[in-house]
This record gives sequence, C-alpha cells and structure tokens, in this order.
Amino acid sequence: MSRAAELTVLDPTTSPAFPVAAKTMLRDAQLRKNVRHATEVIQNKRARVVGEMPDWQQLREAGRQIRTHTMANLDFYLEEFERNCTKAGGVVHWARDSAEAKQIVTALVKASGSGGEGATEVIKIKSMTTEEIHLNQALEAAGIHAYETDLAELIIQLGHDQPSHIVVPALHKNRQQIREIFQREMNLPELGEKPEDLADAARRFLREKFLRVKTAVSGANFLIAETGGVCIVESEGNGRMCLTLPETLITVAGIDKVLPRFQDLEVVLQLLPRSATGERMNPYNSIWTGVHEGDGPRSFHVVLMDNARTEVLADEEGRQTLNCIRCGACQNACPVYRQTGGHAYGSVYAGPIGAILTPQLQKMHYAQSLPYASSLCGACYEVCPVKINIPEVLIHLRNKVVEQKSSLDPEALAMKTMALIFRSEKRFRAAQRLGRIAEAPLVRRDGQDGGWIGWLPGILGGWTQVRDLQEMPKETFRDWWEKRGSRGN
Amino acid sequence: MRVALFITCYNDTLFPETGKAVVRVLERLGHTVEFPAGQTCCGQMHWNTGYQTEALPLVGRFVAQFKGAEAVVVPSSSCVAMIRDHYPKMAAEIGDAKLIQAVEELLPRVFEFSEFLTKRLGLEDVGAYYPHRVTYHASCHGLRNLGLGDGPQRLLRAVRGIDLVEIEGLEQCCGFGGTFAVKNADVSSAMLAEKTTAVLNTGAEACTACDNSCLMHIQGALHRQRTGVRTVHLAEILASEEAVPR
Repeated sequence: MSRAAELTVLDPTTSPAFPVAAKTMLRDAQLRKNVRHATEVIQNKRARVVGEMPDWQQLREAGRQIRTHTMANLDFYLEEFERNCTKAGGVVHWARDSAEAKQIVTALVKASGSGGEGATEVIKIKSMTTEEIHLNQALEAAGIHAYETDLAELIIQLGHDQPSHIVVPALHKNRQQIREIFQREMNLPELGEKPEDLADAARRFLREKFLRVKTAVSGANFLIAETGGVCIVESEGNGRMCLTLPETLITVAGIDKVLPRFQDLEVVLQLLPRSATGERMNPYNSIWTGVHEGDGPRSFHVVLMDNARTEVLADEEGRQTLNCIRCGACQNACPVYRQTGGHAYGSVYAGPIGAILTPQLQKMHYAQSLPYASSLCGACYEVCPVKINIPEVLIHLRNKVVEQKSSLDPEALAMKTMALIFRSEKRFRAAQRLGRIAEAPLVRRDGQDGGWIGWLPGILGGWTQVRDLQEMPKETFRDWWEKRGSRGN
Repeated sequence: MRVALFITCYNDTLFPETGKAVVRVLERLGHTVEFPAGQTCCGQMHWNTGYQTEALPLVGRFVAQFKGAEAVVVPSSSCVAMIRDHYPKMAAEIGDAKLIQAVEELLPRVFEFSEFLTKRLGLEDVGAYYPHRVTYHASCHGLRNLGLGDGPQRLLRAVRGIDLVEIEGLEQCCGFGGTFAVKNADVSSAMLAEKTTAVLNTGAEACTACDNSCLMHIQGALHRQRTGVRTVHLAEILASEEAVPR
C-alpha cells in the first residue's frame, strides 16, 4: 500500500511539517516516478501550446490586471453577482467559514431529492473548494454519500486516497495502480489495462450514477458578476452531466472566484487550459445562469464561501495569492513538488500555490513550514498565467513566521548574531577568523585536494547528509587584497 | 573604467579565488579595480529566510560603500538578484528619502560579473584559455531574476581550448536555495542528486556557474561521491590564460 493511501485526510491543522512528510514521500520510488513522468508530460505540452501564442506575455498581463482589479473591488463584484444570480432564479448563500459552508450544503442536500424525500446521495463534479473543507466527510456523517464523477477524483475516492494536484488529483498514480483500484472496487477482475478499458469501466460505473442521482454538488472555475453565471471547464463531460441532469444543483465557490464581466472569460479561458493541461481549449466549457423551465436543474444554489479569504485580501503583499485561477502550472514546474508529490504539503492545495495559500487560509497558525518548502528558484512565477509573484509572497510569509517565533529560538538568535556581525567590518573579519578556528576539529585531510568537512552538528547536519564541505581557505579575499596593495602585485 | 568590486561575504570567506579571478580579468581588460573595504554582506540569507528587520541596515551599508562608483561588479548572480529585486523595497520600508534615491541611482550600475562583460562592455572573448571539458549550470537567480540568457555560455564558447558540453535540465534548480538546503535537507538532496547525475552524464571534468553558492552545493556531493569532477566559478575560467594554464 502506498504511503498516500495511509492518509485519511489532508488537513493542515493536523498534518506533519513539510520536511517530515516529504521524507516519507521521498522513500516512495513509485510515487516519485509517477509524479515526475506526469509533470514532465504536462509541462512539455504546456510549453508547446504557450509557444504558439505570440501575445502570451500580454495575455498574462491582462489576466493579472483583471484579477488584481477584481480583488481590489471584491465586495462590489460579489454583490453584483448575488443580484444577478438571484434575478436569474438562483439562490445565493454566504458562508463565513468551513463549518457554515458544510452546514448549508448538508441542509440543501437534505431538502432536495425527488418525491419529497431528502436525498441520501449526491454526484459531484470536481471541486477543490469542497476538498478544502472536507465536505464529503461531513455529508457522509449526515448519511449522504457523495460520488466523485471526475475520473481522477473517482480514482482517489475508490482508492481511499487524497488528491495530490489541483488539476490532476491522481497524478501520483500510474495506469497499473488505477487498474488495480478499479478491479477491486468495481468488482471487475478481468479488466484490461489499456486506457480505453479503464475509461470504459469508469464510464459504465458513472453513467448509472448520473441517471439515478438527483442532486449534484459542483465547484466553480469562475463566477461572472455581470450575468450571475457560473463557469466550469473540464475535459471529460462528467461535469456537463452533473450540471444538467440532476434536479438540484449546489455550487460551492470561494469568494475569490468572481470575474467582473462575461468578456473577461476571453482572457482567462485562453490562459487556463493552456497552463493547466497544455490544451488550447477545454473540451467542455459550461456556463449556466439560474434556472430555466424544462431545461436543467429546477433549483440552483450557490454557496459563496469566505473561509479566511478576506484575511488574505487584507494583507497587501499576500493578496495576490487570491488572483490564482487554479491551473496548477506552478505545481508542474516546481522542482520541490516534483520530488515529493502533493501529499507532503498536508493540504489539498499543494506545490508553490499551496505553499502560499494554505498558511494564509490557516491565518498563519498552521502550515508554517510550507513557506520554506521552496528553493525560491522562481520557476513557479515564470509559468503563472496571472503573474503571481510566488517567491515574493513566500518570502513575505517567511517573515510572518519569523515574527511569530520566540526571540530565544536558536535560529532567530543565530540570525540576529550574524546580522550584527555583518553590520561591522571589524566584527565580520573577527567572525571569519573564528570560523576557521571553530571548523578546525571537523576538517579531515585524507586526499590530495585539501581539507574537507564530512560531518556538521545540529541543523547544519542536513548539509553533510549527502555533501562534504571544503575547509575555509587560509586567506580571505580582503586579506589578499590588502597584502597585494591597490596597485597590483 | 573604474570598477568597484562587491565580492560578497560568501566569496570573500570561502571562495577568495573567485574574487582574485575577477580582478585578473578586469585588469587584463584595462580597467581599474577598487575594493571598498567596509563591504560585508548583501543580506540575502536574512531576507530570504524571513529576517527582514535584520537585513534592512545592510542596504544603507551597501549604498555607503558603493555610492559614486562607475560600475559595481559582483561575482554572484543571487546577490545581484537580491540587490536588484529587493533593495528598492527595503529602502522604501526604511523610509529614508535620501536612501531611496541613492538606491535608485546606484542600481543601474550594479552588474553580475558575466553580465558586466557581455551587456555593459559588449564582450564575448576576454582572451582566456582553458583546455578542459566543462559543463555550465544556469543558476536560478541568474536565469530568471537577472535574465542572463546565454551570456555566460557565449563567454565560455569564446574561451580557447574549452570543450563546452550542455547539461540536461539546464533550467532545473540544483536544490541549494540558501537555508532551504538545511531546512529541507532531504528534498534538497534529492534535487541535488538529479543535478549531479546530469553533471556526470556530460562527462565534463568541471562544472561552472556564475554563483559559488550553487557550486558549493554541487561540489559537496561530487566530492562525497568521489567523482573527481570539480566545480569552478566562471570568473576563474575566464581568468585562465595560455601562458599560465590552470
């Protein structure tokens, strides 16, 4: 059984710190192979279709501007959305936090269902927002079973696993592993291993659900303030089934999902599929607005959930995190994510965006190791379709973590001492001399290439796990420069 | 030209040969080199680890040392990235109008070493000779923050006797990331393993870069594995001459 399958739920309040969880993931060779393969395939596809766009940088800038403008006027656009959605026959609910959102959805599901009986089942079209609040578990506790209909989410659900990527949640699984899950959970011992075989099994399994279950829960890619419409993009058609067949449709969306105008879709629907899956356009782009007699669901609800997003909004530097359109390009490009996969992040939002979003959604009380889960290489910023400067936000959040530290913390003390040293040339030179003295007992001289240190104490020991360190040279540059004199040798 | 050197705390203490090489190259090209003695550190480690308050005073120190310099040359892409990306913001945070202006005036004259040669002086051939098989590692800060592009490779290609071989995954981070290497030692090691494998696959005798911090990281693993492959800063390759083969 893979490490991932042992996880019950990705909850930042209970998950281990990133370095600890990462260590576990690093031992799972199959998972790392799957993640590397999948991210490489998506990255190459992305690079190809982005390369086709001569105006990609202008599009990114347009995306950034739309999102920044929206966040600066979020209250206005949310109210506009509520007005227009209501006018079209939808019902808008506001949820301050996760508990409220779960309560509202559960009550709505219980009130739905045909023949006056409360529904005991719902079909779902992938929604990371509902994963964020662990909605399925809450529904289950209320006697309601949720069927995930997105292929990847179905694999996760049947495999008793957790999503590891916001766009490709089962990216850590390979085809053989998926086949085993289907064979076991769908009772299909003879199932073949071709992609068609697997798709066919999933289709048969899901068709029956689509036709039977009368209540659906969806996420939203975008909410459109101008029309009160909701937009979902997807690749398999399961979304369209969920959005059109049931009698009741309940959409759960973070308040950050709003776009001002219908026309803004022109920009984001070019940026999103290219960045997310390397496609020019998603096979299915659904936009629905309210309810219509004889067509689609008879009742439609939108739950607008805050869940700490207004706190993120209030932070001038962290705010750009909310510009995210959930394409996952940063995850695919991230060398850290590539080594560990998503579960190490202890949150449904993994990779670079998770490293900045999760601690903020936790009001910086939990997930404080995540801002450090990056080498600041900048690959995430480079691919972000709305130009979120993730490295800048990571550094900003690291500062918030440091500010919460005790001044007696050993790292804080060391950093403060070093800062003091760097503020004086004299102290700096003394520290250089002291460094040479301090390292002397650790230096080994067993080769032709000078002295090396193979073991360091404390936290520095992380360095010498796999690396040696060359001893400090006898003479610093400044010593050499002084001896040499300013006019050369 | 009068060129002021910012050798950085890291190079000064651990890699003095890099600084010496920078001096050799610039003097060979006919420039006058200065080393303001009061310089210490750019503050990158503090800033990137979250110790913003501790990093702030270093901005004023840097400006005081280099104010009025015709050009400031730094043999470290990550330190230049620190200065260029964060100093204006840091000065603004300090709120000293004079400092804000001084930073603004100084920044266009601060160059990473290879950038100074290719972009400021418009040079590719600096008269170097280095008869070895070498591979180049593109440091993330040089690549993405400074946009060095293929400048360093153009300088290397003009070196006589060199056999320059391209590394697989050129744009992939080596996993150093300052304190990341100790805070997330296991992930950093896994990233490093990919990088050293890529270095070894080139069959190069030496791996070079514009940043000794990445090189120290890569070198540490190459030495631990007894590979015999060296790391060498770009400046040291460019400083080598036929008369004194290194």
